[in-house]
Amino acid sequence: MTGRTLRVAALYPERLNIYADRGNLLVLQRRCAWRGIAMELVPVSLGDRLDPDAHDLLYLGGGQDRDQRLCAEDLVATKRDAVHAHAARGGAILAVCGGYQLLGHRYALGPDEALPGVGLLDVSTDRGDARLIGNVAIEVRLPRPGGDGAPMEPRVLAGFENHGGRTVLGPDQQPLGRVLEGHGNTGTSGHEGARSGNVVGTYLHGPLLPKNAWFADWLVAAALDVDPDALGPLDDTLEDGAHRSARRAAGLPAG
Amino acid sequence: MTGRDRVPLPVAIWAARTSGRLARATGRGGTSLPGKVLTRLAPDAIGRMAGELPSGSAVLSATNGKTTTAALVASILERHGTTLVHNRSGANMAGGIAATLMGSWRRGRPDGDLGLFEVDEFWLGGLVDDLRPRALLLANLFRDQLDRYGELEAIADRWRAIVAAEPADGFRLVLGADDPAVADLGLARDDVLYFGVQDASVALPGVEHAADATTCRVCGGPYDYTASFVGHLGHYACPSCGHRRPEPQVSATRIALDGTRGARVTIALPDGSIDVELRLPGLYNVYNALAAAALAHALGVPGATIAAGLEGTAAAFGRAETVNVDGRDVQLLLVKNPAGANEVVRTLALADGDLDLLAILNDRIADGRDVSWVWDADLEGIAPRVRRVTCGGTRAEEMAVRWKYAGVPDDRIVVVRDGGARAALDAAVGAGAPDAPPLYAIPTYTAMLELREELVRRGAAKGSFA
Repeated sequence: MTGRTLRVAALYPERLNIYADRGNLLVLQRRCAWRGIAMELVPVSLGDRLDPDAHDLLYLGGGQDRDQRLCAEDLVATKRDAVHAHAARGGAILAVCGGYQLLGHRYALGPDEALPGVGLLDVSTDRGDARLIGNVAIEVRLPRPGGDGAPMEPRVLAGFENHGGRTVLGPDQQPLGRVLEGHGNTGTSGHEGARSGNVVGTYLHGPLLPKNAWFADWLVAAALDVDPDALGPLDDTLEDGAHRSARRAAGLPAG
Repeated sequence: MTGRDRVPLPVAIWAARTSGRLARATGRGGTSLPGKVLTRLAPDAIGRMAGELPSGSAVLSATNGKTTTAALVASILERHGTTLVHNRSGANMAGGIAATLMGSWRRGRPDGDLGLFEVDEFWLGGLVDDLRPRALLLANLFRDQLDRYGELEAIADRWRAIVAAEPADGFRLVLGADDPAVADLGLARDDVLYFGVQDASVALPGVEHAADATTCRVCGGPYDYTASFVGHLGHYACPSCGHRRPEPQVSATRIALDGTRGARVTIALPDGSIDVELRLPGLYNVYNALAAAALAHALGVPGATIAAGLEGTAAAFGRAETVNVDGRDVQLLLVKNPAGANEVVRTLALADGDLDLLAILNDRIADGRDVSWVWDADLEGIAPRVRRVTCGGTRAEEMAVRWKYAGVPDDRIVVVRDGGARAALDAAVGAGAPDAPPLYAIPTYTAMLELREELVRRGAAKGSFA
């Protein structure tokens, strides 16, 4: 893959970073470097213009209430159209926790207050009584990037969730995956996250990509529109161990 | 109180002590059981026992450095001739404090003048109500174990309510000036004693990744930092509304860090300056010393006694303690959240030569079940100098991946998944030649307890809390 460039924009990295989101970006950076793929990482902050054609992958993390509120207003006011245009031309998005909520229609914090969302995923979130916290494992079936999008073998994503929001999917919205262990979107629906094409929203942090290196590669492949196998092999002995460790923590066999 | 009959205090104490003896006799340890039994039988036991302390109580809380700061304060007060009732082991929730008071209880009164209690940041409200302290030290708020405590702002809100509920003639408030979330707790009061670092020569080039609370509490705008010391601690001001760090009355005016060994600090107090040779390493321990000096000053201790007390304190239990294992020095540096980890990294960066590390990552409740914080720690700063890192604990493999992505090559990373702290210690110690440089062990909280128990078993460290 030498000679390719992965262009990544991190949205509000100084505010939406509460669950060690920089770990996700670091994993993308290192894995690209080891494969000879140049990675360009630009921060896009409050008030900045988002260029809909300039990035292969957008990253949105989670934040504390006050930061999430500021970012929600800014995202809707200044970046909504660009986020939609980016997704419409096949650009990839990974949105974790608070970022996932902002990709939906709205996040109702209480009877009188709701944060607006950009409506890219057909989901709506309401704050629940208790936080849903713990290790989590889900089964996902993703389309194979770089070809006809045929489904790949089912795989497991393992991580940690900690969210007050209960996220409900619209009738035609598919989840990211099926809950094997943990709470997922609502604690009862059996669904976790949401995915439309290359746009992924999830509550899984931990952070997600260091525990699921295969998914980091899927994301890079989807963003570059190439087959994941074309990225070339890496020695993932330690990464595979970390994946097994996160699965065990969630209560799954190491697999 | 409900209409339920209350158990008289002496009966409750007797029952709680008996439960502790039974638990020990049946081999179940039971360090937290007696306190729990006591507070269950007599919910007001803490307040009633603390109320008998002739000089009252001093309470301190923070996310980082509580046990070390309390150890420094204890050393100062003991030199001042004060006998203490102190939860020295760091058991800092209601059960631990009840057990401490009960342990000092002799014939209906406590065996000490003054209560010195470190209190878990989350449980501070209820315990301040019970203990009615005459001085309250709130030192810092770093992001810590989010899954257990919810978010940082929620703790700051709880602390704000505690301060707001206190009448003007209540406790003396001692606050960290360099932490905006903590300093702002004193906004409505004019008798706060602030402590902070003045010497900007030890500042970092920028604010660290693990930084929290960098927006103004008054208007919501982002703070500008002219100096950043540890995480979000520094010299800050809000460019939009002008709100800024308060001028500390207790401050470190000159700091010279001496590697992993200690630090030389000049501390300005309202009654004069003291020069201190601190036997604890790193800037985070300078903050602990400043906090301790400020609390001791608030309790009326003169500067010379404060200096002697600070110099007389060696490492608190498992925190920067050095032991010898099979001829090799092993230094224990507790790591429990990104800010603490970053300080340990900065301290290790001052050590000589290549680094041999033993990194033990547990995910038990007291560690925080969520281990994502290791990705917020700036391990990149020392990764190029790591000769070997042995990774252990319940999440050993995830610790290993963190080091790999920090920049340590795979062949310098050893994973010891099974066998707990003992196996990891053996692997790490055994890998070095007898004249090898020190091994730095950086365990999370429960891993530190395990590691220390193993060191005691081998005769390398003294038995715990006595």
